[in-house]
Amino acid sequence: MIIEGLIAVTFAASMVVLLAPDRVAGRLAAALSLLPVAGSLYMWSRFDATGNALTGGDPAFETIVPWLELGGYTLNWHVGVDGIGLPLVVLTTILSTLAIVSAWTPIDDRQSQFYGLMLFMEANLLGVFTALDFFVWFIFWEAVLLPMYFLIGVWGGPRRKYAAIKFFVYTNIASLAMFIGFIALVFGLGDSVSSLDMPAIATALRAGELGSLHGIPAGTLRTVAFVAMFLGFAVKVPIVPFHTWLPDAHVEAPSPVSVMLAGVLLKMGTYALLRFNFTMLPETATQFVVPIALLAVVSVIYGAMLALAQQDLKRIVAYSSVSSMGYVILGLIAYTTYGVGGATFQMIAHGLISGLMFMSVGVMYNTTHTRMVGDMSGMADRMPVTAGIFVAGAFGYMGLPLMAGFAGEFFIFKGAFESTVHAAMPLFTAAAMFGIVIVAGYLLLAMQRTLFGSFRLETDYEVGPAALHETVPLAVLLVTIIVLGVAPDLFFGMIQDAVDPLLDFGGDLS
Amino acid sequence: MAIAPTVLLGLTALVLLLVDSIDPDSTRPTALAAVSVGGSVATLAVAGWYLLAGTGQAGGAIELYGGSLVVDGLSLFFTVIVASVVAMVSLASHDYLRDRTYQAEFYSLVLLAATGMSLMASAGSLATVFVSLELASLPSYALVAFLKKNRGSVEAGLKYFLVGAVSSGVLVFGISLVYAATGSLLLSDVAAAIGDADDFVGIVGVGVVMIAGGFAFKTASVPFHFWAPEAYEGAPAPISAFLSSASKAAGFAVAFRVFAVAFPLETVVPMGIDWPLLFAVLAVVTMTLGNFAAATQENVKRMLAYSSVGHAGYALIGLAALSGGGPNGNVMGASMAHLLVYGFMNTGAFLFIAMAERWEIGRTFEDYQGLATRAPVACLAMTVFMFSLAGLPPFGGFLSKYALFYSAIEGGFWWLAAVGAINSALSLFYYSRVVKAMWIEDPVDGFDLGATPLGLYVAVLAAAVGTLVLLPAFGPVVETAQSAAAALFA
Repeated sequence: MIIEGLIAVTFAASMVVLLAPDRVAGRLAAALSLLPVAGSLYMWSRFDATGNALTGGDPAFETIVPWLELGGYTLNWHVGVDGIGLPLVVLTTILSTLAIVSAWTPIDDRQSQFYGLMLFMEANLLGVFTALDFFVWFIFWEAVLLPMYFLIGVWGGPRRKYAAIKFFVYTNIASLAMFIGFIALVFGLGDSVSSLDMPAIATALRAGELGSLHGIPAGTLRTVAFVAMFLGFAVKVPIVPFHTWLPDAHVEAPSPVSVMLAGVLLKMGTYALLRFNFTMLPETATQFVVPIALLAVVSVIYGAMLALAQQDLKRIVAYSSVSSMGYVILGLIAYTTYGVGGATFQMIAHGLISGLMFMSVGVMYNTTHTRMVGDMSGMADRMPVTAGIFVAGAFGYMGLPLMAGFAGEFFIFKGAFESTVHAAMPLFTAAAMFGIVIVAGYLLLAMQRTLFGSFRLETDYEVGPAALHETVPLAVLLVTIIVLGVAPDLFFGMIQDAVDPLLDFGGDLS
Repeated sequence: MAIAPTVLLGLTALVLLLVDSIDPDSTRPTALAAVSVGGSVATLAVAGWYLLAGTGQAGGAIELYGGSLVVDGLSLFFTVIVASVVAMVSLASHDYLRDRTYQAEFYSLVLLAATGMSLMASAGSLATVFVSLELASLPSYALVAFLKKNRGSVEAGLKYFLVGAVSSGVLVFGISLVYAATGSLLLSDVAAAIGDADDFVGIVGVGVVMIAGGFAFKTASVPFHFWAPEAYEGAPAPISAFLSSASKAAGFAVAFRVFAVAFPLETVVPMGIDWPLLFAVLAVVTMTLGNFAAATQENVKRMLAYSSVGHAGYALIGLAALSGGGPNGNVMGASMAHLLVYGFMNTGAFLFIAMAERWEIGRTFEDYQGLATRAPVACLAMTVFMFSLAGLPPFGGFLSKYALFYSAIEGGFWWLAAVGAINSALSLFYYSRVVKAMWIEDPVDGFDLGATPLGLYVAVLAAAVGTLVLLPAFGPVVETAQSAAAALFA
């Protein structure tokens, strides 16, 4: 029942904060959000799942309660975590708390609503990463959009209305495509499944029990459903060319919201890709290796090139997310322990690192009121600690050893090189690795121009060191990144347990 | 006493008149509202208890007065919908009616209309159908025109009355044609006799179409919908809530029973009277027209009025996606469950508008700009209603629409479900305009909202809680509705 407790406590906290006076909302939200952190860490310490929850493994903390029955399909409240879900749960709780604390300075309007929405979003994210029934999962999945729409639309920058609507419309249409694709699969399975239980559906699909639907042969149905679901999730990830909502959303969103958007929301897309496309339809996925790997490489290179061209520090970090998520896709399509496991690990690593980057950009923006690379310089003079953390984060992004980003990328590259799904995989990997160079290029360039040199921003206000409550979340993130970089086994072991069963399917992998 | 819920509603109306006639000169707003709320809550409790205890379901329908009235799952289910709407509307009216005269009359008219609606759900003969429909309609005409110094209200009342009178004529003429062909008014007898009416197939056909027309009026479906936006806009907002939720549900209740029982598919479709096809066409036209009209409105109340036309189209799927031998109880039950969820979310939305009218902030989208800065909790509730009406998770409307479209697909009517789903996705456009205005736009100028109307506030919140709670509690609701509907096809 601990998962239910976690979700319920977070929901309750969001309601309490929503009704609290603005004055105390930020502190109260931060304090209450420590409860899910404690809960998720407790789950981590008591974690005893075996295998992958969708392929016959036993998830930890599992509950199944019948909810309702509709036309022969049972819908259950079914939650549980395996080695893929748990790290993301831990990431969500920790990053939420830090994002809430980092919002104390920039958010000075309608605080109780802001923090209430942040907690509401956290509760739904926890649901997304723990739900094992498609219907329950979909409700949480869609419910994440609502607070995000408001968080961007109300507290965002000058073009916030445009960005919020674009985000809402894009991701909503994507969800619809995914929903239709998945339901078509369920109908195609006919009598072999009697519920929308994800493990049951995954098992049936992997066993090849898909039949024809309304005259559409099973093979076509599988391909169409795969593509529909892939498109749905690709928007969320986002993969080039479905990424255009992301820079708008990021630039307009306040920094703490960007932290959640890049840190956790994008992971919903890759998590769902792993759970649905790559777990349930592995053979179809291996038929699409070339286009998917190509999209991944294009995302890596094109995203990095776009980042290189930006003047806005936040846009740089935003586009670099597109680039990093390309690695994750590459790892997933590799279908090796290190590839898929590394992709899962990279989700966590990227969540922490991009969170750190957005947060430190936010801290600099709070005091300088600008994010333009051209306007800022010599920030290291005025706010040395923040600048130092920013540099460390950038190194993490570039994949320096002993940082989480290195572990993730290393696993992915190793896995992708070893991959046998297609003869050209090493080629794609080599092309993607070229992205590292560009990443280093734009990050070094950005750092050199903003942090170093002499300070020359003319302001009529004091530009000085960040407050303690701005620095602490950054420090916590940095420590976590380093801990995970030094000891990736804190999570990688359980990830591997959950990933290995996925690779075991009857496809023609030699 | 199986008919107790309906009787309770009627008695409450009489008690209200009694209270008022003891001392007609003074007004006691709180006492009147309390009696009205108490009566409707008692009805809700009794009907809900009967529904759970299996009255009229476990051992077959209970027939009263020679079958003129029938108490079964369907009638109890719709009585629950009507009673919960009346409870919320009465609670809200306490504040809305402050400083107005004829309060006792207002409440008793509402309850009399509710009695009629509850009777509609139990009507077992075409005669009771007509009488109960009139009992529901006549008080409604007066209620729409209740603000008698307001031109809009009076005009709306007149329009509603004229269209209603014509529809009544159409309906009663349809009934007489069916009677002419079958020699009976009792629904079960009509069903038994209709197979022998081969020579009169044309007459029965015309009768069926005219009866359908009468119900289309009551449910504000195309082509008898055009009174609805005017009436809902002109009427006092609690009455708009009442009419668009309870009255519409009652119209569907009676349509479900009459068509499922009196004109059984296996008999009439081979005769050439394909009424599901008629309703399929009506459903598609109604939801599309309602949605497109709603998208072009500048006035929130009018937008809601047209969206309620659109929702009538969704509910019509319950009659349209029927086929001989199909899972007919499932789709009709899903439609009933949608009407229950709709009863909460739509009532809530109109009551929010009642609150806005109370605050005198105007009716267009622009007037709502930045309202959330002044009334966040109420706006949160309105947001719940809007997203739920649009069918977004995690609100009740998502699940009820899903169940409805799913059951339609199950019956083989995937194209109806597709039209419904597309319409539903389009509707997000105009529902989110309200949300955007309230939360994201900046206020045009400062509001001075004045005191918070407590009763209205509580009613709006109750509706919001209902809309939310119906998501986890949807299982028993849809099962009850589907077994109640399946009983009609047994």
